[in-house]
Amino acid sequence: MKLRNVLLGAVAAATIAGPALADLTFPNLTYRTGAYAVNGIPYADGYADYMALLNERDGGIGGERINYVECETQYNTEKGVECYENTKGMGSLVYQPMSTGITYQLIPKATADGIPILSMGYGRTSAANGNVFSHIFNYPANYWVGASAVVNHLLDINNGNIKGKKLALVYHNSAYGKEPIRTLEELAKKHGFKLSLLPVDHPGQEQKSQWLQIRREKPDYVTMWGWGVMNPTAIQEAANIRFPMENFIGVWWSGSEGDVLPAGESAHGYKSLAMHNTGSDFPIYADLKKYVYATGKAAGDGTSSGTVLYNRGLYAAMLATEAARQAQSLTGKKIITPSDMRDAMEQFSIDEARMTAIGLPNFAPSFSVTCENHGGPGLAAIQQWDAKAQKWSLISDFIKTDSEVIGSLIAEDSAAYAKENKIPAQCS
Amino acid sequence: MLYREVGEFKPSYKKDQQTFPIRLDRYGYYAILAFAFCVIPFLINDYWANAILLPFLIFGIAAIGLNILTGYCGQVSLGSGGFMAVGAYACYKLMTGFPDLNIIFCIMLSGGITALVGIMFGLPSLRIKGFYLAVATLAAQFFLIWLFNKVAWFYNYSASGQITAPERTLFGEIVTGANATPEVAYLVCLSFLVVLAMVARNLTRGSVGRKWMAIRDMDIAAEIIGVNPLMAKLTAFGVSSFYVGIAGALLFSVYLGAVEVGEVFGIQKSFIILFMIIIGGLGSIFGSLAGAAFLVAMPVVLKNVMVGQLGWAVDLAAHFEFLIVGALIIFFLIVEPHGFAMLWRIIKEKLRLWPFPH
Repeated sequence: MKLRNVLLGAVAAATIAGPALADLTFPNLTYRTGAYAVNGIPYADGYADYMALLNERDGGIGGERINYVECETQYNTEKGVECYENTKGMGSLVYQPMSTGITYQLIPKATADGIPILSMGYGRTSAANGNVFSHIFNYPANYWVGASAVVNHLLDINNGNIKGKKLALVYHNSAYGKEPIRTLEELAKKHGFKLSLLPVDHPGQEQKSQWLQIRREKPDYVTMWGWGVMNPTAIQEAANIRFPMENFIGVWWSGSEGDVLPAGESAHGYKSLAMHNTGSDFPIYADLKKYVYATGKAAGDGTSSGTVLYNRGLYAAMLATEAARQAQSLTGKKIITPSDMRDAMEQFSIDEARMTAIGLPNFAPSFSVTCENHGGPGLAAIQQWDAKAQKWSLISDFIKTDSEVIGSLIAEDSAAYAKENKIPAQCS
Repeated sequence: MLYREVGEFKPSYKKDQQTFPIRLDRYGYYAILAFAFCVIPFLINDYWANAILLPFLIFGIAAIGLNILTGYCGQVSLGSGGFMAVGAYACYKLMTGFPDLNIIFCIMLSGGITALVGIMFGLPSLRIKGFYLAVATLAAQFFLIWLFNKVAWFYNYSASGQITAPERTLFGEIVTGANATPEVAYLVCLSFLVVLAMVARNLTRGSVGRKWMAIRDMDIAAEIIGVNPLMAKLTAFGVSSFYVGIAGALLFSVYLGAVEVGEVFGIQKSFIILFMIIIGGLGSIFGSLAGAAFLVAMPVVLKNVMVGQLGWAVDLAAHFEFLIVGALIIFFLIVEPHGFAMLWRIIKEKLRLWPFPH
């Protein structure tokens, strides 16, 4: 009992002592441990390295240094809540939880606290309706865009007709994996293909029965909403039953080096969605080498540099810091508040000229955000794995998705949320 | 010295049989209650509430519940996570189905529904014992999680399968949802814990509890002296599930606000509650609370010390956290296999004699 009192004293001291509030604080809820660390580490490294680059090269954003705070969640929602409560008092400008479960948890909390959330390519899809979700942003793409992009790609390779084809969805049995189902069902009605659903339970190492079912049912195409150890397991299982890899399409969270490398040569031709370009062939990497890697400020051990998820970390950090920069120019202040940040995110726009200036030319589509549309342009590309060269490359442009189907689904789901929680229209 | 028992006389059986027969203990208990109800609400903030106090109170209820079943009645259960999920989903269905029903009744009714489910899954305990029963309750755990994932009616057909607690008030104060203040959430959970702990204490020293303990110690002997094993085991399952269900309902509605069944109520929850009562002490209310406090607060304390004070990298701290918590569990189990409750009992005995041990 005495030991506990001493430790409780220590925790009290720990919560009181925090960093200064003056800087621009960007918290990052990472998961460098646990079943999802294989994907969490490269993303967190990319995010941290971009923040370090801005601090080292430019002295922060608009001359104001960045206070970058990491908090370990292990992809667990209860730990995520603890992290959120721990960091929100530091003046955190925006949260990027990098987990659909934690995002769901934080949507009401962050809205009540007035802190914006940027859940790029994950989280609650219907948060794209800014009329209901005032503080939640999910640009540049969301799960329903992803589902539609998969179907569009199938239409593309089948000359516009996929009537009677069979598509199987292998998904993580959680909020994350269930998100695309509704859209895929609508699209199945519209285009006349058959959809079968194969849930995989956390953490996803056990998929024998699902792939046995695929072998029996022989779907023409398989799409996957997987994360963590589930991804390499699924690709290995697909290889084991000799499923043609070019007919296997993952979402953008199921398409990184760590997912395909364990399967070796047999993963050749595996496809996944992409929301940005791949590789390290961008000018920003020269700066990263000079200011971050060479000075020993890099977050990881360097092995993740240039991978798909590292690039996604860079992209996420870039979108957040650019919004902060725009908030500074909108308000004319150097120190901005979460509420300034939210206003800037609602008017956020990024174009090719700015991306080139950042050092990421031809990296991702340019887009702008409005009060009604927090979801961005709804564009997605397809990337394919080359097992011999060991690299991902984009095999399509950023293609338009079925905004008609997605739009009505978003309106329906967000209206239900607004009714349940009695939220008035946010945009006038 | 610490315990001055001189002049403490118990002229009646009632006084002799009370929960805290030693005056100093009794005053300490009153002081803790007064502090918890009257002082902490003024000191609490979001972080303390959400990181330490709410999980402690809620897991405290769950641990008392499991302790009734495992510690008092001797029936090992690995289904606590699943029963918590029943409480949470029952609460969600009640909250959304009857928007005018007071949240307190929602939570109590959820406990009642969980009790019924618990009794149903308790039926096999009449035929199977020990490890085999543990496996049967493990089946309950997996079946319930699968059920709440599979049947869309339970989550009102939402796209993601998540359930989200709508805002509900009690005496005009918001209790659930994001706008609830930490004081209110804390007081609601604390009241539930205090009332339930008192009920548990009185149940376990009354005839019901004695029957449970008789079954635990030797079921055949208990049957011979006239204890009905059917009633004893099923009441233990029912009462235990009631507690666990209330903990699940509070976890969902007051603490987390949004829940995904596979993640929040998975098998690891069942294990952690079982660890709480093993470390805290089987067959002890105080032990349940001490175990819950240890397993809830320890990781948070370690994290704050390593990351906040020492400035270590978060992943290193996370790995060390596993090491240290694991090592501490082993240490305490070696030092005192009967848990914190026994440790406390020994310390108390020593303190009562100190400084003149004979």
